[in-house]
Amino acid sequence: MRTLKFLLQKEFKQIFRNKALLPMILVAPIMQLLIMPLAADYEVKNINISIVDHDHTTYSQQLISKITASGYFQLVDYGNSYQSAFNQIEKDKSDLILEIPQGFEKNLVRESNEKLFIAVNAINGVKAGLGGNYLSQIIASYNNDIRLKWVQPQKYNAVPTIEVTSSYWFNPFLNYRFFIVPGILVALVTMIGSYMCALNIVKEKEVGTIEQINVTPIKKYHFILGKLIPFWVIGMVMFSLGLLVVARLIYGIVPFGSLWVLYAFLGIFLIAILGLGLLISTFAETQQQAMSVAFFFIMIFMLMSGLFTSLDGMPKWAYIIAKCNPVTYFIEVVRMIILKGSGFADIKNHFLIMIGFAGLLNGLAIWNYKKTT
Amino acid sequence: MKQFLSFVRKELYHVFRDSKTLLMLFGLPIVLIVLFGFAVTNEIKNAKIIVCDYAKDPASQEIINKLTVNTTFNLEKTLLNHSQIEEAFKKEDIKLAIVFPANFNKDLLHLNKAQVQIIADASDPNTASTLTNYAMAVIMDYQMDLMQNSNLPYRITPEIRMLYNPELKGATNFVPGIMALVLLLVCVLMTAVSIVKEKEMGTMEILLVSPFNPLLVIISKALPFLLLSFVNLVVILTLSVTLLDMPINGSLLLLVAESTLLIICALSLGLLISNNTHSQQTAMLLAMMGMMLPTILFTGFMFPLENMPVALQILANIFPSKWYYIIVKSIMIKGLGFSAIWKETLILLGTTILLLVLSLKTFKKRLE
Amino acid sequence: MTNEVVIKTDKLTKRFGDFIATNEVTFEVYAGEIFGFLGANGAGKTTAMKMLCGLSTPSSGNATIAGFDIYKQTEQIKKHIGYMSQKFSLYEDLTVLENIQFFGGIYGLSDKQLKEKSNELIETLGLKSEAKKLVGSLPLGWKQKLAFSVAVLHEPQIVFLDEPTGGVDPVTRRQFWDLIYQAADKGITIFVTTHYMDEAEYCNRVSIMVDGVIEALDTPANLKQQFSATSMDEVFYELARGAKRSE
Repeated sequence: MRTLKFLLQKEFKQIFRNKALLPMILVAPIMQLLIMPLAADYEVKNINISIVDHDHTTYSQQLISKITASGYFQLVDYGNSYQSAFNQIEKDKSDLILEIPQGFEKNLVRESNEKLFIAVNAINGVKAGLGGNYLSQIIASYNNDIRLKWVQPQKYNAVPTIEVTSSYWFNPFLNYRFFIVPGILVALVTMIGSYMCALNIVKEKEVGTIEQINVTPIKKYHFILGKLIPFWVIGMVMFSLGLLVVARLIYGIVPFGSLWVLYAFLGIFLIAILGLGLLISTFAETQQQAMSVAFFFIMIFMLMSGLFTSLDGMPKWAYIIAKCNPVTYFIEVVRMIILKGSGFADIKNHFLIMIGFAGLLNGLAIWNYKKTT
Repeated sequence: MKQFLSFVRKELYHVFRDSKTLLMLFGLPIVLIVLFGFAVTNEIKNAKIIVCDYAKDPASQEIINKLTVNTTFNLEKTLLNHSQIEEAFKKEDIKLAIVFPANFNKDLLHLNKAQVQIIADASDPNTASTLTNYAMAVIMDYQMDLMQNSNLPYRITPEIRMLYNPELKGATNFVPGIMALVLLLVCVLMTAVSIVKEKEMGTMEILLVSPFNPLLVIISKALPFLLLSFVNLVVILTLSVTLLDMPINGSLLLLVAESTLLIICALSLGLLISNNTHSQQTAMLLAMMGMMLPTILFTGFMFPLENMPVALQILANIFPSKWYYIIVKSIMIKGLGFSAIWKETLILLGTTILLLVLSLKTFKKRLE
Repeated sequence: MTNEVVIKTDKLTKRFGDFIATNEVTFEVYAGEIFGFLGANGAGKTTAMKMLCGLSTPSSGNATIAGFDIYKQTEQIKKHIGYMSQKFSLYEDLTVLENIQFFGGIYGLSDKQLKEKSNELIETLGLKSEAKKLVGSLPLGWKQKLAFSVAVLHEPQIVFLDEPTGGVDPVTRRQFWDLIYQAADKGITIFVTTHYMDEAEYCNRVSIMVDGVIEALDTPANLKQQFSATSMDEVFYELARGAKRSE
């Protein structure tokens, strides 16, 4: 026990004396929490549209007004030439083109049928899909307006209508920040936890002080605890700073569920993720190696965790990998507790799985760390 | 010249003998392509939904069938009571709940009006609104079917053509971004760390004292990563074309030339970082926080730049990856030539020259 | 120097693949002795030492250190020895005092003992004004003296020194050896490897390792007589020039 006390004293002193490290650990996460939520947003807004109007009638004007009034689109070009509109797309000044053919109004009234042409820049598939959808909806609505003008109202009402009410629970204003900020907190804690811990140990290997430790009667578990505990504390502090200070003050995020449960889970998660850092450090001889391996795995973990994109869309093999990723569970839990107010009973399974991860990773690391080679 | 080559050879040995670093250098692009190509996607699929059907009549059944017929929704369970909905949301990963009131079909036929309630778990607001819209579209579709009896006059039919990416593949958007990310990662991070490592180990002193121009030493450090980046470029392009069906509609030569420009830009940045840091840890953290994350954010492939507040959009202009992303998209996907991207190329060139000048200026010929 | 054997090896061997770094090395070291473990670069000295310290497992052969078995009782061995590696291995970002307290603490010294001993050590080394300075800022010679003092702080039975005087001026080297004598006077056995042949003269007995094998083991006086040499330098040269391994 005393040994542990000495080890911890040394570790904390070293960390606090590292002038480059400390600001990074504290400042960088805060900066990221501030910038990332502002930047990260998949919502499709401000779609630029170019309209080529060959008709120039009241109908085409009305359609155009409806489109611009919808709020989804920004009219960036209005002209006669499809070619010049296409140029806009090539230059990324416009996202889609609506071409209204000559005789639009005339044909619609006389033949009762008319076509409109839409060309969408589909490089960003999601944006294209949504943009196309929105435009189609607006056109359909405009179509209804026209119909209403010409068709007898009674005849029209004979058709059954379904009224759909939609409500959004847990995040009624659809605030994307509520979704992304807890996720970013998890990402930060993961990166700093595993990364810093791994590098710290490997540095001792590189410099040679680890040999001095190996030759003393310090027990393996003392040494490992001595390395884990400081970073566990740092992780806790960072998470708290992020959640209770930054998230609350700047984004107004107040956890709906129990903080105790959240912190309990956080504690176990940190142990697991530090265990990963530890494991990596037993395989690496130099800091460069540790960095490479850690970065490789953390990047995969981050991408496959449901942080930015949903797990639902993944193919089966990817889904299995995601389920073997400890970060996935914490991201789920963090959102469940903060946004939905889920309680301990709801996350019991996650809890057990995380304990499993913690045990596995740390166990492997301890087993792999040899004082004698 | 011969001496220079011997330095380059030593550096190549360093890199190739370190299998763990190699893992990242070569493994990462492949992994990223596979992940972004197949696993990481914004497409909505297999979303779990629950239904609370008080009606249990042909109309509600028909709508439920329509909803679950393709892969978008997975019907997880049917609830007996809508009070169970909240619990279901809290416990499991349910994205949407649909409630049909009793007498749904009857009301529809006799009163010509019926209601359906869609409740979405909006903790992920984007998915929630997309799924809600989709569900609504399906229900509207059902309504259309009912109306099909009356042949509706005055029909406007929009014909939609998807340009460049008719199958709406996510890869088209991501791959140019991955190219930028990987090239930057290898060139900035690895170069910086490699140079700083020599400083830390003390072997830098020896190099500085040799009759060899220290600048050439530094260039020799950068050269292997230049070569490696080319290999990576080839790997990424090959994989994206074969595995992900990415097109290369424009000039391959132009693409390689522009990529070379980005590589040199990144190497200069790596050099700049290494000039001003003394420990590998600092270099790594600086490269990570100051370069990787902003690149992911501000290139525009993960999150569209247009969505960001104006201040951030302006900030994004500093990052060379943003311009490279536009260039690659224009060449690879739109098949455009140099005339379309001369502006972006100029900006990239300017940035490169600036970084080179800065790093040469701050390069210290002595240790302090 | 007594006749109690503190280190006893019997055909101790370490192989790395086909390469035999240390080849069936057999010798004994007595309590209170200053034992010089000499050899050219690449002869296998450091490898042998690492085995004796419990840092590396032998490929074959036996040894007991301070009465403890080299295979089964490595942790016990570590409680009874001190070690100073070639790189001196103090924490550069901790102060002199903090290093002393850390290493003393983990060897089990009580708070009272720590206080007493650290004061004593700082006095002896004349580091009073440097006590609160970071070790990284000390000149090489002081670091090295400090590292040695820290290695013997807990008064181990044996202290292993791996090329402790590398790169240091003759005056400092002399001072260092004064420290070694002081430790030996207290009954600590000193096991030291070095290239400096003049230091060999300071030892009670020396062994000379060539290509992984001990080619000579005796007092410096006897060795000089045996090889008709006037200095240990010459003795060494005689033995080592036929060496096939050198770094």
